[in-house]
Amino acid sequence: MVAAATSAMSFPLLSVLVFLPAAGALIITMQSRRRPEYAKLVALLTSVGTGALSLWALRNFDSHSGGFQFVSRHPWIESWGISWHLGIDGISLFLVVLTGLLFPLAIVGIDPHNDDPGRDKPYFAWLLLLEAGVMGSFLSLDLFLFFVFFEIVLVPMYFLIGGWGYEGRVYAATKFFLYTMVGSAFMLVSILATVFIARANGLGRITFDLIELAEGASFAASTGRWLFMGFAVAFAVKVPIFPLHTWLPDAHTQAPTAGSVVLAGVMLKLGTYGFLRFGLYLFPEAARWSRALWLTLAVIGIIYGAIAATMQKDLKRLVAYSSVAHLGFIILGTFAFTSQAITGSVMQMVNHGVSTGALFLMVGMIYERRHTRQIAELRGIQQVAPVFAAAFTVVMLSSIGVPGLNGFVGEYLVLIGSFLTARWWVVIAATGVILAALYLLWAYQRVFHGEPDDDNRSFPELRWREGLTLLPFIGVIVFTGVYPKPMLERIEPAVNSLIEHVSERTGYVEPQPAAVEIDVDHGEGE
Amino acid sequence: MPFVGPEVDWFALSPYLAMVGGAIVLMVVGALTPRWRGGMYAWATVAVTVTSAVLALFVWDDIGDSGPSTLVGGALAHDRFAVLVTLGILGATALVALISDGELRATSNDGPEIYALLLTAAVGAMVMAAANELIVMFLGLETLSLGLYVLAASDRRRAGSQESGMKYFVLGGFASAFFLYGIALLYGGTRSTSISEIIVWFQTTVTVERNDALVLAGVALLLVGLAFKVSAVPFHVWSPDVYQGAPSNVTAFMASVGKAAAFAAMLRVLVVALPFHRDDWRPAIWVLAVLSLVVGSVLAVVQTDVKRMLAYSSVSHAGFILVGVEAAGHRAGEADAGAGVQAVLVYLVLYGVLVVGSFAVATVVGRSHDGSTGLDSFAGLAQRRPALALALTVFLLAQAGVPLTSGFVAKWGVIQEAVAERSYAIAIIAMLAAVIAAFLYLRIMVSVWLQDSPDGAEAERVPGLTAIAVTLAAVFTLAVGVWPDWLLSATESVAAYAR
Repeated sequence: MVAAATSAMSFPLLSVLVFLPAAGALIITMQSRRRPEYAKLVALLTSVGTGALSLWALRNFDSHSGGFQFVSRHPWIESWGISWHLGIDGISLFLVVLTGLLFPLAIVGIDPHNDDPGRDKPYFAWLLLLEAGVMGSFLSLDLFLFFVFFEIVLVPMYFLIGGWGYEGRVYAATKFFLYTMVGSAFMLVSILATVFIARANGLGRITFDLIELAEGASFAASTGRWLFMGFAVAFAVKVPIFPLHTWLPDAHTQAPTAGSVVLAGVMLKLGTYGFLRFGLYLFPEAARWSRALWLTLAVIGIIYGAIAATMQKDLKRLVAYSSVAHLGFIILGTFAFTSQAITGSVMQMVNHGVSTGALFLMVGMIYERRHTRQIAELRGIQQVAPVFAAAFTVVMLSSIGVPGLNGFVGEYLVLIGSFLTARWWVVIAATGVILAALYLLWAYQRVFHGEPDDDNRSFPELRWREGLTLLPFIGVIVFTGVYPKPMLERIEPAVNSLIEHVSERTGYVEPQPAAVEIDVDHGEGE
Repeated sequence: MPFVGPEVDWFALSPYLAMVGGAIVLMVVGALTPRWRGGMYAWATVAVTVTSAVLALFVWDDIGDSGPSTLVGGALAHDRFAVLVTLGILGATALVALISDGELRATSNDGPEIYALLLTAAVGAMVMAAANELIVMFLGLETLSLGLYVLAASDRRRAGSQESGMKYFVLGGFASAFFLYGIALLYGGTRSTSISEIIVWFQTTVTVERNDALVLAGVALLLVGLAFKVSAVPFHVWSPDVYQGAPSNVTAFMASVGKAAAFAAMLRVLVVALPFHRDDWRPAIWVLAVLSLVVGSVLAVVQTDVKRMLAYSSVSHAGFILVGVEAAGHRAGEADAGAGVQAVLVYLVLYGVLVVGSFAVATVVGRSHDGSTGLDSFAGLAQRRPALALALTVFLLAQAGVPLTSGFVAKWGVIQEAVAERSYAIAIIAMLAAVIAAFLYLRIMVSVWLQDSPDGAEAERVPGLTAIAVTLAAVFTLAVGVWPDWLLSATESVAAYAR
């Protein structure tokens, strides 16, 4: 994974992706309080602009290269060897695009949960600041820069949950902030130790540059393991991996809808992405060494999340627990160390963002109509709102992983890719697929089927604005499900060069399936 | 033999002279003229500090050409270490003068005396930071402390302020005695009170001839005195009471200038004068640091008064700075000593501005709630005064060490040095303590932003000068957070201290 400095164009695309939303937030902050409607307009314009730029990056992305593209590098804090170093490769590309698309949809799709339009202004400002932070995290190729963005996203999210959330919002927001910060505390020390130990082992100078550290420094096995664990704690909290997940249901349930969409859609991926980008790339030996731990926790998360989701009475909490299960699959694929599994993981990161984002959006719509999220109080919605129910069905089936929709491709790749290297874990994880069908279909049955009672008889049908918001989600769900090739061929080169890097450093040989060649073009339906 | 006075480099002393002169002129002219209107006392104080700061910048430049040396027969150090701390002290003093105006006029205590005391106390702090002679350091310490005792009790009509002054005086007197006794023992062990001569004594004296017991006892007593002044656990018990009782502007001064001077003095004593005993004092610093971090953060969380919270959080910050002192201790006295001293000094300067900003907001809020700075008084501040709430949020986030604020740069600096010296345990403890402390800042922010303003609550009156001070502090906090490189590269030379 060598830095391919293919910045053919002088336009600093990636820096703009970070600064445009931040500038939008600044403009909104400086606007007059009497005209709150302009805040939404500015938020919309800047987030759509960012989305368009991310699509432009997707279009100009060289799908044959495994290295970093659109690289932008400037010295920032030279005294400490820190630079403003951004770049995308196949692993981060789709996460960046997902971020670019999810924010405008979250802004259009649903209004903040409050009755005072004067409070819209800070809401949109925080949302845009969050977008800048998330973008920055996915783009950073400098450990310091990454840490800055990784930490900075906590602040807007804290205020979004705390300011526009539901009844238990302050508790949830504080828990979210402190949990993540504990993880970051270990990561900060680990980052610094990495840098100083790298200076003594091969680099000879202080630099926070990810590529220089990964390619130039070598760590003794025991040192690398400690450093890796420091990073891993931070990412494991963020994902969240099983015993550290307790902040997630609270944060998700109490967050305003747009907050949940963004939290599930992109923020959790900071953890899984961090494992790939920083964990595996910087410390391949330690990642290999600890894989049994992560595989086991991933499988526990899959089963535990699914069972817990089955028990939930609150629709939003159910979706939150389903996230724990889905993210288990992503971790499983990451630590299986095969090209297929990791490609599947990356794809599943995007899929989960799309389908869970859409689920949270629709749960938010239900709450707007009925002012309840309790499954027991909803009944027979399919009869009164068939289009709404149909949209929900597609999204739900994608989340279950039904063939022909996006969720299937990712999950399938993870499972088949992991089978060679982590057979018994896969066997247990596969039952999670069935459990997913159980809790989602059961919930669907209770909410949408049956005779609507008096409270639910007036359930309004999907509105135009909501339908147009959901359309891109459903479009992506069906398109990637039917034709995943364009996505996979952009992810694979980067994943392959990551695995090559791991092989070089650890002597690990990726097992090849004997005669079974999985052709991803026809992957579904087999 | 006739007495030969030491050579005096008046230019190098000009920042001190400007402050002393300013204080005397303010006092005399203020006494002879009718009451000045429109915050003119505060502006005069700011003018004096700015003059002194400009002179200090010239001195800084001069040191770049001629290198560090000593002044007045070795009494004061002429190095960038001293000038950097001086600049931090002057900046904080100017900000405190600005926020004092509103507070003094509201309590009808306005007059030149407070400002003259601020200026002289600041001179004491500057002398402490620059002392190259332990007796001179003690004189600086006493000048600072006596000023602070009076300032703490300066709100004459409020019993809390009197109590605070009295408490600080009694306990501070104790600490000064420890400090002085420490100097005496060190003198017994090394036959000098001059830092330069102490260093030479260690370099030239064979181990068997040394009286280590006296030196070690002296170091221990000096540490007690200094730990009291920086309010490190277990010598911190005075600080919450004194911080709470003293007028908020004075508290801001104590927490910024007092702390900066005491830490600078600690570095002078430990890192500059006693690198030969670094393996003896470093474990003590380690313990003080860990205790301050943990106890400060945990006790801060359970407070209900914002000024007390900030007092305990300043204990926790002292712990952070001690982490830097510990890191500086690993290779103290060597040619390649690391950047621990720089990290500590940068932390002091940045924290000084932050804490004045925080207490400035507390001053404004407290004044509209009959002097109460309980958490309830802050409820719904964002609805009444959004700009003030935003500034407070910037200061609190910076104190929590959130990126893109100066607090992050400060924390990163000391943790970086600790990790570079392989003090991993203390680095991790410090970061976890920062998480606990973050909960405290979140509590204040919850109150400010997420709670509703009580019905009929009037918006706080923000005096113009306070608004200027808060704005300056907030802009500085963000500017350093986003672009710290200028400060870091400018301060790289502070470790080249005079000996």
